Amino acid sequence: MNKHEWLQRIYDQHLSHEKREKRIVRLFQIMIMVLFFSLWEIASRFRWIDPLLFSSPSSVWHLLITKLRDHTLLAHTTVTLTETVLGFIVGTIIGVCFATMLWWFPRVSKIVDPYLVILNAMPKVALGPILIVALGPNMTSIVAMGAIISIIITTIVVYTSFKEVDANYIKVLQTFGATKRQWFIEAILPASFPTIISTLKVNVGLSWVGVIVGEFLVSKQGLGYMIIYGFQVFNFTLVLLSLLMIALLSSIMYQLVSWLEKKLVKGA
Amino acid sequence: MPILTVDQVMHAYVTNQSAVLALDHLSLNVERGEFLSFLGPSGCGKTTLLSIIAGLIEPTKGRVLIEGKEIYTMRQTIGYMLQHDYLFPWKTIKQNVTLGLKLTGKYSEKTEKQTLALLHQIGLRDVDDRYPNELSGGMRQRAALVRTLATDPKILLLDEPFSALDYQTKLKLEDLVWETLKQYRKTALLVTHDIGEAIAMSDRIVLFTARPGKIQKIVTVPDSLKACTPFQARQHPDFPPLFQMIWKELENIEQT
Ligand SMILES: Nc1ncnc2c1ncn2[C@@H]1O[C@H](COP(=O)(O)OP(=O)(O)OP(=O)(O)O)[C@@H](O)[C@H]1O
Ligand SMILES: [Mg+2]
Repeated sequence: MNKHEWLQRIYDQHLSHEKREKRIVRLFQIMIMVLFFSLWEIASRFRWIDPLLFSSPSSVWHLLITKLRDHTLLAHTTVTLTETVLGFIVGTIIGVCFATMLWWFPRVSKIVDPYLVILNAMPKVALGPILIVALGPNMTSIVAMGAIISIIITTIVVYTSFKEVDANYIKVLQTFGATKRQWFIEAILPASFPTIISTLKVNVGLSWVGVIVGEFLVSKQGLGYMIIYGFQVFNFTLVLLSLLMIALLSSIMYQLVSWLEKKLVKGA
Repeated sequence: MPILTVDQVMHAYVTNQSAVLALDHLSLNVERGEFLSFLGPSGCGKTTLLSIIAGLIEPTKGRVLIEGKEIYTMRQTIGYMLQHDYLFPWKTIKQNVTLGLKLTGKYSEKTEKQTLALLHQIGLRDVDDRYPNELSGGMRQRAALVRTLATDPKILLLDEPFSALDYQTKLKLEDLVWETLKQYRKTALLVTHDIGEAIAMSDRIVLFTARPGKIQKIVTVPDSLKACTPFQARQHPDFPPLFQMIWKELENIEQT
C-alpha cells in the first residue's frame, strides 16, 4: 500500500467517524423530542396532569388545524413576525449607529457613559405603558418595544468591541494616509463583525420579549394577544399553540442569523 | 538637500502613571538613495523614531523634514512596515497587498498586476485568495513587505522586516530587497537586531544607546562592502573586522 492510499484511508476513516458521531447526536435529539411529546400526551390522557391546564399534543394539533383552516393563526403569526423582525432590525441598526457615534466622538462617549449604565440597568418593558400612550395602541408602539429592548445593550457591546480593535491596524491605514471614515470601514467595522453577529443572536431573543409584552399590553392581535386571550378565557390549548409557534419562529430567525454569520465573518 | 532631516527630536511617552523619555535630542540627515540601519538594545526607541518619521506620532520636541517640508504634507512619500505584519485577517492576501493602492488612489489594473507580480517574485505563489491565518509567519511578513512596497514610496521604513524568516529565505530576500531599492534609488531605514544584516545591506549603521535613545555612533560601511550584494558582502574579507568592531561597540553600550 503506498502513502497516498494510506492517507486517503485515514481521511475516509475520519469522515465516517464524524458522520457516525453526528448521527448519534441527531438520534438522541429526536428521541428527546418524541419522548417529551409522548409523555405529555400520555400524562394528559391518564390525568396525571390536568388536561385543562396543560392541554395535550393532540388537542394542540387539532386546534392548529382548525386555526389554519379559518386563517386566524396565519394572520396573528404574520403580525407578530413582522413586528419582531422590524423591532429586531430597527433596534440593531440604531444600536450600531449609536456605537459608531460614540466611537467617532470619544468625548461624547465619556460624557454619556453613566447614563448608558443607568439606561442599561432599567427594565425596558416597564416603559411599555408610556410607549403605548405616546405612540398609540398600535403596531408602531409594539415595534418600538421590540427595538428599545435591544438598543442600549447593542450600543454598549458594539462600542466596546470598536474600542478594542488593535490600534496597529489603524496605524497601517494611517501610513497610507487614510481618513477616519476609512479607518472605520477598513478596520473598525470588519474587525467587529463577529461581535455584531453575536449581539444579533442575543437581539433575536430580546425582540421577541419586547414584542410579546407589547402585544399583551395592546391586546389587539398577534401571538402575544392569543396568549393573553387564551389565558382570560381559560383556553390553555391556545396558549400552548402560541408558545410552540413562537419557539418555532424564533429558532428559524436564529438559524438565519447563524447563516449570515458564515457569510460575513471571513478569515476567522 | 538631504531627503530626510531629523532635527533635535525628543519624545516622551506620557501616561497616567508617568512620563517616560524614549528619545533624547536625536539628529540625523539621510541622503537620497542611502540605506541606513538602526542597531540598539531592545526598548531604546527605534520603533518610536520610525513612527515619528512616518508621522504616526508627533515628537514632543524637535521636527522631521522630508525634502525640506514638514512630514504631514509628505505622507505619500513614506512606506512604513510595522514590527509585526498586521495583515487584515478579514481580507485575502490580494486585498491586503493592494490596500495601500486603494487608499492612496493609485489603484489600477496595471498597479495591481505589478503588485501581484512582486508577490510571486518574493516567493508567495497561489496565495492571492487565501486569508492571512492560512499563511506561516514568514509568508505573512513577506506579504506585509509587498503591501508596503506596492505604493512605490520614496522612503522605506522597515521595522525588523526579516525577523520571522528562516535563514535561507532571509538571505534571499535581503538580496531581492537590496537590488530593488538600489535599482530605483530608494532611501531606506532598517531596524534590525542582526549585526550581519546591518553590515550586508547598509551604507551607514546607526548605533543607539539604551533608553533614552541617543545616537552613540554612526558607522560608515566601506565602499568595498557597499558595492556587493548582501549575500556577497557576508563572504567578503572586510566583513568580519567590521562585525567585530560593531559587536564591541554594542557591548560597551550594554555595560554603560
Ligand atoms: N505607547 C507607549 N506608551 C508608553 N511607553 C511606551 C510606548 N511605546 C513605547 N514605550 C516605551 O518607549 C521605549 C522605546 O520603545 P520602542 O518601541 O521605540 O523600542 P524599540 O527600540 O523599538 O524596542 P524593540 O527593539 O524591542 O522593538 C520603551 O522603553 C517602551 O517601554
Ligand atoms: Mg521596536
